[in-house]
Amino acid sequence: MKRIGVLALQGAFVEHIVMLRRLGAEAVPVRLPEELEGLDGLVIPGGESTTIGKLMHLYGFNASLQRLLADRFPVLGTCAGMILLAKHVIGLKGYSLGAIDIKVRRNAFGRQVDSFEADLQIPVLGDRLYRAVFIRAPWIEGVGRGVEVLARLLDGKPVAAREGNTVVAAFHPELTGDSRFHNYFLSLVD
Amino acid sequence: MEKGTWTVKAGLAQMLKGGVIMDVVTPDQAGIAEEAGACAVMALERVPADIRALGGVARMADPTVIQAIMHAVSIPVMAKCRIGHFVEAQVLESLGVDYLDESEVLTPADEKHHIWKHEFKVPFVCGCRDLGEALRRIGEGAAMIRTKGEAGTGNIVEAVRHMRTVMGHVRRLQGMTEDELMAEAKSLGAPFELVQQIHRTGRLPVVNFAAGGVATPADAALMMQLGAEGVFVGSGIFKSSNPEAVAKAIVQATTHYNDPQIIAEVSRGLGEAMPGLDIRSIPPGELLAVRGW
Repeated sequence: MKRIGVLALQGAFVEHIVMLRRLGAEAVPVRLPEELEGLDGLVIPGGESTTIGKLMHLYGFNASLQRLLADRFPVLGTCAGMILLAKHVIGLKGYSLGAIDIKVRRNAFGRQVDSFEADLQIPVLGDRLYRAVFIRAPWIEGVGRGVEVLARLLDGKPVAAREGNTVVAAFHPELTGDSRFHNYFLSLVD
Repeated sequence: MEKGTWTVKAGLAQMLKGGVIMDVVTPDQAGIAEEAGACAVMALERVPADIRALGGVARMADPTVIQAIMHAVSIPVMAKCRIGHFVEAQVLESLGVDYLDESEVLTPADEKHHIWKHEFKVPFVCGCRDLGEALRRIGEGAAMIRTKGEAGTGNIVEAVRHMRTVMGHVRRLQGMTEDELMAEAKSLGAPFELVQQIHRTGRLPVVNFAAGGVATPADAALMMQLGAEGVFVGSGIFKSSNPEAVAKAIVQATTHYNDPQIIAEVSRGLGEAMPGLDIRSIPPGELLAVRGW
């Protein structure tokens, strides 16, 4: 069975655990760096990126994670998780893991009253439209050479991407009943 | 593209889980809270302990104060309106506040009706003392619930009472048979559909935080172990002798609520906690938790 950690410092980690277990993975909360030991992959959930970033820093996650990431460790970041995995973040310094060569803007769509749901075309998930939930969401402003854009809004803005075994989404697959996005991530986990 | 849906309103509360929401009255305090790892701030003119001391009618804060705080931080900003005062709510929504707290800490504007929260795009959090009150608020459109506790006292006893009451009742509902649910809904004064839903799922339909009396890291962890999904800290931070340290410590204790060694570590050398109040010393007319219907 695939053993997937879900970073449980703050945010919607329980929702990811529930979704991963539904798909037959063993999902465990991770609150300290030593709990990264023996995992086949990691999810960094939505939440407040400043809060999660500060707690990661405080407990020394970054060094252990960077070692794993150098070895093609599969990792999924949603919303705050995408911000923390991005190489460049506008308006947040010092917490980036640099796992994916994208430039991200925080709270890009505005405040909570601008949060929204939208149906997206995501080719790697098949033909059926994907209902995506954006909450005070970031967007991707620039992508590096090795990055595959997985999803765009109607105006063309990239909102999900992959580089190697790092997958990121500006939206929240964990808040929907649709498990295709998690399934896609699990397909990258050996 | 649809805005203001139930999913995005309840969803922001899901993003706040495992976090600490801190009361602040200035942009500087908001910065300290963000730096300490708060997942959101509550923008106020006065913290509850000062509202209690001042007396008189407590109202929505000045929009200038709220907007200054919104400009100072990148985390979500909440603000309070009076119970039933839907125009204060309209004003706060127009400012772009991220979450509204229809709060018993302010003086109620309506002694019979709460705000009809479904018609707002901005989500609401409301206080409760028991499950019936929680479900009435959710029925009106609250996308997040918190215990009332007794704000501004630094005394956790009422928050514990309210959390135990709510969680205990959820467990009781889950164990009932279907034919018992209607009578139970009647005695709770709660919408039948929500009672059925809890019976089926064994959990509240929205995120549930602790509030009202949290003053130490151990208080925060206590509430988390009792079933809270996060905590509000009002006067507990900026009425303590070392707000930066207390704020950081409460954030860590909320994440590691099941790890007594970490809670011990972060509880060291925090200085004086806020001065506390024995609930029994408060005249019945000055209790805040009894406001709300």
